[in-house]
Amino acid sequence: MAPRRDSLVVPALVAAGGAVGATARYAVGGALPGPWGTLAANVSGSLLLGFLLYEALRTDRLGDRTRTLLATGVLSSYTTYSTFVVEVVRATPLVGATYLVGSYALAVAAALVGRALAARLDPRSDREVWP
Amino acid sequence: MSAAALGAVPAPALVAAGGAVGALARYGVESAVEGDGSFPRGTLTVNVLGSFLLGVLVFHPVGGDVLLLAGTGACGAFTTFSSFSVATVQLWDRGERTRAAAFVVANTVLAGGAVGLAAALVAAA
Repeated sequence: MAPRRDSLVVPALVAAGGAVGATARYAVGGALPGPWGTLAANVSGSLLLGFLLYEALRTDRLGDRTRTLLATGVLSSYTTYSTFVVEVVRATPLVGATYLVGSYALAVAAALVGRALAARLDPRSDREVWP
Repeated sequence: MSAAALGAVPAPALVAAGGAVGALARYGVESAVEGDGSFPRGTLTVNVLGSFLLGVLVFHPVGGDVLLLAGTGACGAFTTFSSFSVATVQLWDRGERTRAAAFVVANTVLAGGAVGLAAALVAAA
């Protein structure tokens, strides 16, 4: 493939992944109303992205393009910060603060679970990796 | 495109189209501002900008179909929570705990402030 055409592949993967990720978030939002849908998408997406990015540092079985499609495209669009922040601002102070801290704690814990799953796939799982 | 024309488009298609545009815009902004990778400033930038834009859409307020396309689709995909949480973990793993904390505080305060600014600007307009 000519380099000029090749340079369009990454943006195309990002856009296609973005369409899929946003639609999946919309579907989750339809199943779980309001902030619950946002929370479910943000926590599950953090787990999967944590797995994908730490898998890159360990076994690296996925190619760069697959990772671009799934990480930069699908998962980053599946999760959302803007909806989360608007929901926090519009909530009562107690509910907003609980939602904020709860989202951060659960999403970071989910990312750590994803990191641990990537380590389990690694035959040298006891080695250090540097992100 | 008028809001009436959007009404003929199924809701998931509006979200998908907005999602493609939002993801592409995020990729563009992150490529432009990420720098040397020592601090995830690309993620911070899209989260603050996208929160401001969604705040304008929500407080204005725009109609359902425009909100699906530009809000749920574009702003939702432009901003990212997964990159935020994983970048925080990665900074912490590198031993950069002060930067990890600063990243969390900066996202929270700046994006929250951006939504407040959007509400104030809409109210004043």
